[in-house]
Amino acid sequence: MTVSGIIFSNLHDKNIPELTRQRTMASVPFACRYRLIDFALSNMVNSGITDVRVITHNNYRSLMDHLGSGKDWDLARRSGGLKILPPFVSSYSGGENLYRSRLEALFGVISSIQHIHSDYIVMSDCDSICNIDLKDMVNKHIESGATLTLGVKDTVFEDRHLKNVNVIYADKDGNVTDIERDPRHATGVKSLGLNVMVVNTNELKSLLNDASAHGYSSFINDVVRRNVGKYVFKVYRYDGVFRNIYSMKEYYDCNMQLLRDERFRKELIGNPLRPILTKVHNSAPTKYSDGAVVKNSLIADGCIIKGTVENSIIFRGVKIGRGTVVKNSILFQDTYTGENVFLNCVITDKDALIQDGRMLSGHETLPFYIEKGQIV
Amino acid sequence: MFNKKECVVMLLAGGQGSRLYTLTEKTAKPAVPFGGKYRIIDFPLSNCVNSGFDTVGVLTQYQPLVLNEYIGNGQPWDLDRASGGAVVLPPYQRSKSADWYRGTANAIYQNINFIERYDPDYVLVLSGDHIYKMNYRLMLDFHKEKNADCTIAVIDVPLEEASRFGIMNTREDGEIYEFEEKPKRPKSTKASMGIYIFGRKKLVEYLKADEADPSSAKDFGKNVIPAMLAAGEKMYAYEFTGYWKDVGTIKSLWEANMDTLGEHPVLDLYDRDWRIYSRTQANPPQFIGEDAKLTNSVVSEGCEIHGTVENSVLFGGVYVGHGAMIRDSVIMNGVRIGDKASIDYSFIDEDTVIEKGSRIGDEKEKAAGITLIGSDLTIKKEYSIPTGDMVNQAYIDDLAKKGGK
Repeated sequence: MTVSGIIFSNLHDKNIPELTRQRTMASVPFACRYRLIDFALSNMVNSGITDVRVITHNNYRSLMDHLGSGKDWDLARRSGGLKILPPFVSSYSGGENLYRSRLEALFGVISSIQHIHSDYIVMSDCDSICNIDLKDMVNKHIESGATLTLGVKDTVFEDRHLKNVNVIYADKDGNVTDIERDPRHATGVKSLGLNVMVVNTNELKSLLNDASAHGYSSFINDVVRRNVGKYVFKVYRYDGVFRNIYSMKEYYDCNMQLLRDERFRKELIGNPLRPILTKVHNSAPTKYSDGAVVKNSLIADGCIIKGTVENSIIFRGVKIGRGTVVKNSILFQDTYTGENVFLNCVITDKDALIQDGRMLSGHETLPFYIEKGQIV
Repeated sequence: MFNKKECVVMLLAGGQGSRLYTLTEKTAKPAVPFGGKYRIIDFPLSNCVNSGFDTVGVLTQYQPLVLNEYIGNGQPWDLDRASGGAVVLPPYQRSKSADWYRGTANAIYQNINFIERYDPDYVLVLSGDHIYKMNYRLMLDFHKEKNADCTIAVIDVPLEEASRFGIMNTREDGEIYEFEEKPKRPKSTKASMGIYIFGRKKLVEYLKADEADPSSAKDFGKNVIPAMLAAGEKMYAYEFTGYWKDVGTIKSLWEANMDTLGEHPVLDLYDRDWRIYSRTQANPPQFIGEDAKLTNSVVSEGCEIHGTVENSVLFGGVYVGHGAMIRDSVIMNGVRIGDKASIDYSFIDEDTVIEKGSRIGDEKEKAAGITLIGSDLTIKKEYSIPTGDMVNQAYIDDLAKKGGK
């Protein structure tokens, strides 16, 4: 039994336009030292999937930079390993435009898919983050004899308008019966699609041919939903931690959940059996000076902290000046704060510079975002 | 593929470091962890790369497992090269004999083949047990400018300490006229740093002569350098003025770790123009809890801190429980420190567990010496390890027999 992986690096970039202006969804920084793609990639590598294709769209320089040869995920291999598939302008993608959906993305890389000789393919997005044992999911998929298995997470809601998510309905045997996109009044237990799926390679190829013949445009809503009953589609119930990042507010809250929810933090990034791998940098350890006060925060290496940091996520190489107070904030790589600065509910992108004495505050429902390289 | 190289580096990394006690029980001295995420050998290796030298033979002998694994293909230092790069050179068997490395000169002698493959003009000989940042390129320029046969790097040491070192007595222009190994009455304070540049042909000539001499101890300091001086070769001392520390003892290793602390540390590891590279894994970020207090310390990734940490160096993956107190200490990878434990003026080696409430060492001002706890041990709760003790499994067994007192 052999398994390959396909990762969609920027299907939903428009959800967080600020953070994806100069990067892909896959390379959005997260939790001090990760990029969102690290979760999808590590899930695959930790489950023994070592032949992985990453489909890109636009703005993928930062992603290339992050992934390099793939050696940090042990994917720099002569056989298999990491392959980055740059976008093709093909007849499937509607004239001069690049692909707009998962299905069009797959059409665009069809020639690469034809070369996959593994029995199964795991497909994963970057904006739904989880730490999942794909080995178990693939085994269950094989046992069930299904064509395709969708990973779902059961979640309870009370009259919520869900966004950027597919709700999957299945019978008691786990056969998919219907799929709903972004229901307006979700109530009770709903099975949210993880956007992680396992599919039989040969059947994926014929599903794609069929979709092309019918002029379909969506993988989940056309290829899967319209074929319910014709093929066996199963759900796989995952009960670990899961977040879907579909807005700036969700992005902020997901980072903050790492600080307030120990189970979430430990299961997502602290599982020694399934570590989240990322590009290894060469930073010195973080230095705490005499006046440093740090509480309930996650901090990467290479920082120099002289002031106060509370409930915050501090990326690599950040400098916090003397007398400065940083609360409920997310400071990306190499953010520099001078002395006596006050920040509350702020997200600073890479290389932001906050000069002495500046006071900035957002709100947890609307964090104040400072662009890459901005000087305040 | 063996392109010609101007200079090949031979890094002597076989040292046992017996004065580091349990720290070198399972690893060679160059592989001893340092400064929160480094090992000692990262310094000479990074210096080589930063100086533009890309061919480094690493001579290993004593407990090489950790060291070999650590160096691997040399990738963290960009020394995974098609031609040259980092090459681990262990002792080996020949058709007529098999030999360990008998002294520093013999170790290089046994690897003359390695050196000659790259047809270098110069050979730089380093040792893997010092902490320093040095541009070897400047030393090579000096060597060429003086048209020397051998150049030895020296550092000014306090007169009262000079008798612990090999001392170079030089003329005004730096030419060495006399070399004294650990002199009782030192005539100068120029101590050898154990860094030599030789013209390749001269080096090979003297190594062969030294090998043929049965009375020789096969050592650079004791035999090769005196022989070259006696023969009237052109030998110069290259004066180095930066940070340099021989970390041969627990005390000096502790001091060097502390030298990385503070706002303007004597040993700056944040200098982006002279980075020190190391092999690291992807640990999660450090989590600093609600009740943690951190002052004047460095902490690495993977740590989870709930207690108090002062004037200390914490390596990756260390857990510090609630109410625990760590002062003036170096805590290595993966150590777990239970709630309310207190640790003063100590080294705790990798993966040791300090249970709840135990007490290690004594306040630095009162302490008789540094306490050293070996790796993979469990210090039972409510144990108290007195200041200055060297703790290994035998010590713990003995302690258990006496009921923990």
